[in-house]
This record gives sequence, structure tokens and C-alpha cells, in this order.
Amino acid sequence: MGPLSSHFIFPEWLELLTAFLIGTGFGFSLEQAGFSSSRKLAGMFYGYDTTVIKVFFTAAIVALTGSQIMSYLGWLNLNQVYVNEFYLSASVIGGVIMGAGFIMGGFCPGTGICALSIGKIDAMVFVAGGLAGAFLFAETYPLIQNLADANYKGPVKINESLGLSPGLFTFLLVAVAAIMFRIAETAEKKFAQPAITDEV
Amino acid sequence: MKKKYMNPYMAGTMLGIVLLAAMFFAGRGLGASGGIKYCMVSAVGAIDNQHAMDSVYYSKYFEDGKKPVKSWLAFEIFGIVAGGFISGAVSKRLKFRIEKSPKISNSRRLVFAFLGGVFFVYGAQLARGCTSGAALSGMAVLSLAGFVTMAAIFGSAYAFAWFFRKNWI
Repeated sequence: MGPLSSHFIFPEWLELLTAFLIGTGFGFSLEQAGFSSSRKLAGMFYGYDTTVIKVFFTAAIVALTGSQIMSYLGWLNLNQVYVNEFYLSASVIGGVIMGAGFIMGGFCPGTGICALSIGKIDAMVFVAGGLAGAFLFAETYPLIQNLADANYKGPVKINESLGLSPGLFTFLLVAVAAIMFRIAETAEKKFAQPAITDEV
Repeated sequence: MKKKYMNPYMAGTMLGIVLLAAMFFAGRGLGASGGIKYCMVSAVGAIDNQHAMDSVYYSKYFEDGKKPVKSWLAFEIFGIVAGGFISGAVSKRLKFRIEKSPKISNSRRLVFAFLGGVFFVYGAQLARGCTSGAALSGMAVLSLAGFVTMAAIFGSAYAFAWFFRKNWI
């Protein structure tokens, strides 16, 4: 039956209300996880706080397994759910630029918006920088359009490119995540920075 | 006294359910950088309308009298602000402050925060999504783009971490 948007034409107010409520749940979850703190987020890259990987992979696995179960039960038609288009060059280069921004700013866009909502001034400045970055992209778009569109592969699924069924790939991903969670817990003890973790 | 953060696996489960809800109701994932772009496009349209209409990039957001701010992605980030605020209020974490390492000055923190924002959203426009829209939502639908973007973001942040260590540890 789902996604509901494939069966009904939502009036604009209802679509925007749904977006707002989804965003509210998103912001609430991020803040409860502690993602309103840049020093907690940055801990991921120095080992003293690995909340990022725990929350990120748990969320991905819940949504991935949940959507496959819903699809199996006939509640969600996965063919109607958007699958990201794969532009190989743009994904890699864009990702590298984003990683640099992450370690400089201490936030990603979602966590930055979440952190500004509780009064973090550094997050307000980060999001202002984000608006500037979006503007810079729009103004330089003619120069990098070729790069943005290079090596287009379509909405490729990772399990298909590996020749695995969605179920088997999901199972392997859960196993990998379990190992990463163990490593993360060990790293937090090894690289502990009590002065930072007590404060954030 | 501020409350402790939620257990990360619990918070991750909650976030995953929100993502699942977005897939069920709207057939899409979560996103943040897109909303920032829509707000920027809207501002450009208000400040220099002629420039926006002349540009191939901006004009498509104003076709047929559309208002870029009245979009799914923009309302989603207004929701993030509301949800973050509610959570901060419930857990007594509402406070205006600059969070930084005691080893660096406020201005250094803010300069790097601004630069980080510029880089992150620029990269997100190129990669067609950030940590939420490309990496998290992409992985949840087994998109290869999602896994590659996730690996590039985290790999790059680890590679650059040494150069910026003074800001954090």
C-alpha cells in the first residue's frame, strides 16, 4: 500500500505538514542522540566518542530491515521509493569535500540545524556558511556541471552490483555493523578524553 | 541540571523509524542540505530577482509561480529546528553558547565553523545529498551512491582529522 504519496495526491498544506512532522522527528532524534554537540560529533574522528557510527548504522539498519519487512508483508512498494542516482565522480569528490567540511566545522547540515535550535552559536555560523556554500555552488554551477554529471551510472543498488539478494546483503551489513560497534566501544576506552566527554 | 543523552542504539532506532516513516508516507528519505539550498534560492529570488530569473540554475525553482520555500525539503528543515528545540527543552539543554575546545579562541572556532559549512554544503550539492540525504537515506534503500558517499565523507574526515586536531583535542 505504501508509499501513501503514490496513491493519493496530497494537498499542498498536508504535504508540507508531513514534511514538517518528519523533520520534527528527525531533529528530535538527532538532539537526543547528542548530535547537537560538535565536540561529541568530532569525537568520531579522534576515537574518544563514537556515538556517530552507532546512531548512523543503527538507523540505516532499522530503516533497511524495516522497509524490507514491510515490502514482504505488502505494506510498502519499494519500487516507488526513491533510490539515489549514482554519479560516480560527484559522489566521491563531493564526499571528500563534505568530509573536509565535517572536520573543520564539526557538524553536517542536519546536525548543524539541530544544534542551532538549542542555541549553539557555532552551529548558527556553520549553517550561515552552508547557505554561502549553496550560493557558491549555484554561482559556479556552469563551471562544474560537467564534473557533476560525469560517470553517471543510474539508480544502482549495491547488492545488485555485487550479485547478492537484498536479504543476504542486509544480513552481511548487520554483521559488519556488529563488528564495527565492538571496535567503536573499544576505541572509546583506548582514546578516552574524559575532559571532553564529561563536558559535552 | 541537563539530562544525559539517550543511549545511541536507542536514538539510532528512533532515527531509523523516522526514516522509515518518510519512506512510507512520501516514498523518500530524510534530507537537510537540500532545505538549506531551497532557503538560499528563495533569498536570492527576493534580493535580486532579475539575477535569479536570468540564471538557468535558479530559474527552475521559480517555474510556474513556484515558491522554493514552500517545498518538502525546506519544511523538513523547519521541522528539524522545532524537533531539536523540543528535545533541548525536554532535556534542559537550551542555552546560547559557543561550544569549543578550551585550547582555541571563540573567533577561531567560528571561522572554522563557517568554512566547514561552506565546504559541507558545496560538497553536498555536488554529490546530490549530504550525510542524511545521500549517505543515510541512500544506504537504507541499498543505493550504491549512498554507500560510496558515506565512505567518501568518513574516509575524508579521517584523512583530514590530523590537520585539524588542535581544534578538537
